[in-house]
Amino acid sequence: MENLVNIFVKSIFIDNMVFAYFLGMCSYLAVSKTVKTSVGLGFAVIFVLGITVPVDYLLHNFVLREGALEWLSPKFATVDLSFLSFIMFIAIIASMVQLVEMIVEKFAPALYSSLGIFLPLIAVNCAILGGSLFMQERDYNSIAEATSFGLGSGLGFFLAIVGIAAIREKIRYSDIPAPLRGLGITFIITGLMGLAFMSFMGIKL
Amino acid sequence: MSEKEPLFSPKNRKLIFNPLSKDNPITVQVLGICSALAVTVKMKPAFVMSLSVLAVLALANVIVSLLRNTIPNRIRIIVQLVIIALLVILVDQVLKAFVYDVSKQLSVFVGLIITNCIIMGRLEAFALGNKPWPAFLDGIGNAFGYGLILMIVAFFRELFGSGSIFGIPVIPEAWYIKNGGFYENNGLMVLSPMALIVVGVIIWIHRSRNRDLVETK
Repeated sequence: MENLVNIFVKSIFIDNMVFAYFLGMCSYLAVSKTVKTSVGLGFAVIFVLGITVPVDYLLHNFVLREGALEWLSPKFATVDLSFLSFIMFIAIIASMVQLVEMIVEKFAPALYSSLGIFLPLIAVNCAILGGSLFMQERDYNSIAEATSFGLGSGLGFFLAIVGIAAIREKIRYSDIPAPLRGLGITFIITGLMGLAFMSFMGIKL
Repeated sequence: MSEKEPLFSPKNRKLIFNPLSKDNPITVQVLGICSALAVTVKMKPAFVMSLSVLAVLALANVIVSLLRNTIPNRIRIIVQLVIIALLVILVDQVLKAFVYDVSKQLSVFVGLIITNCIIMGRLEAFALGNKPWPAFLDGIGNAFGYGLILMIVAFFRELFGSGSIFGIPVIPEAWYIKNGGFYENNGLMVLSPMALIVVGVIIWIHRSRNRDLVETK
C-alpha cells in the first residue's frame, strides 16, 4: 500500500509528464487557452491513462514479454514479442480513445463540442503512449502499481494543463514584448513552472 | 500536366527551405515538441533523434502519398498510425543493433516518434494531397527544420551544462574551479525546464527577426 501511494505521488510531482518529460506538449500548448476546456481535456487524459496503462500492463506481461506466453504451453518459453509492443499499445490506445469519445459525446455534449478535434487527438497524445512505454521500461511488479502510475501521471498532466491555462488567462492583460507573445511566453512560463516542480524532488512517502 | 516538372523546380526547393525558418515545424507550426525537448541534453542523442525522425518522416510521407488514392477517408488515421508504427519499429531495431548506448539514452523517445505530431501533421496536411516526390521533399525539409532546432537547443545545453560539444570537452580543464580556475558548469542547463526556456528564447529571437510571424492578441 505504501508503495502504491509512493508511486502515485512520485508520478504526479516528480516524474510529471509535462515538466519532467515534455510529454503531451502538443495538446498542452494548444488547449490551454481557457481553464474550462483544459479541465475537460485533463479529465479525459486521466481517464484514458487510468485505463490504458493497466490494460497495456496485462498485454505486456501475458503476451509480449520474453517468456510471457509460457502460460499457453512450455514450448513458448523463449518467444519474445516485445518488438511488437509499439503497434499493440497504439492499437489499445486508439480503441480506448474511441470509447471515451463515444461516452463523452453521449453524456456531456457541451464538453464534446468544446474539446473538438482534441479528443480524437488524445490517441496521438505522447503522454498516453509515453505512459505505457514508461510502464514497460520501469517494469512495475503488479497491476495495482501500474494503475496507480497511470492515474498519477494523468493527474500530473491535469495539474499542469489547468495551471498553465489559469496563468494564460491572466497574462492576456499583461504587456508582453510583441515577438514573445503567445507561444514564446508560454514556453518560458512552462519552464519556470517546471523549475518550481523540481523542488518536489527527493520526496518519499 | 503535359510538361514534366524538373526535379528541383522553385516550388520544390521551397518545400525544403521554407521549414528551416519561415515555416519551422517547432517554432511556427508547433508540432513535435514532445520529443524534441527531452533528448537535447547532449548533442549526440539529439543528432540520432533527428536522423530517426528524418528517416521515418520522409518514408512515411512517400508511402502515404503513394497510397493516397486507395486509403478510405474514414480509417486514414489508423492506416497512417500503422505505417508510422512499422517504420518506427524498424528504426528502433536498427538503433538497438548499431548504436546501443544512444538507444538506451533515448529510451522511450524513439517509440514516441509514433505519436510525434510532426509526422501525423505532415501526413495529414501534405502527403495525403500530393505526389510522392514533393511529399518526400516536404518530409526532408520538415525533418531538417526539426533537427535544426534540436541541434541549436542541444548545442547551448551541452556547451553550458557539460562544457563539451558532441562529447568533446571545449572548456579548458584549467579553467575549472576544482583545478584552480574560475569556471563552473551551469548545472541548471542539464535540467529539463531549461530546454523550454531555451526554446522560448529561440522563438523570441526568431520572431523579432520575422515580424510577420508575431501573434496578434
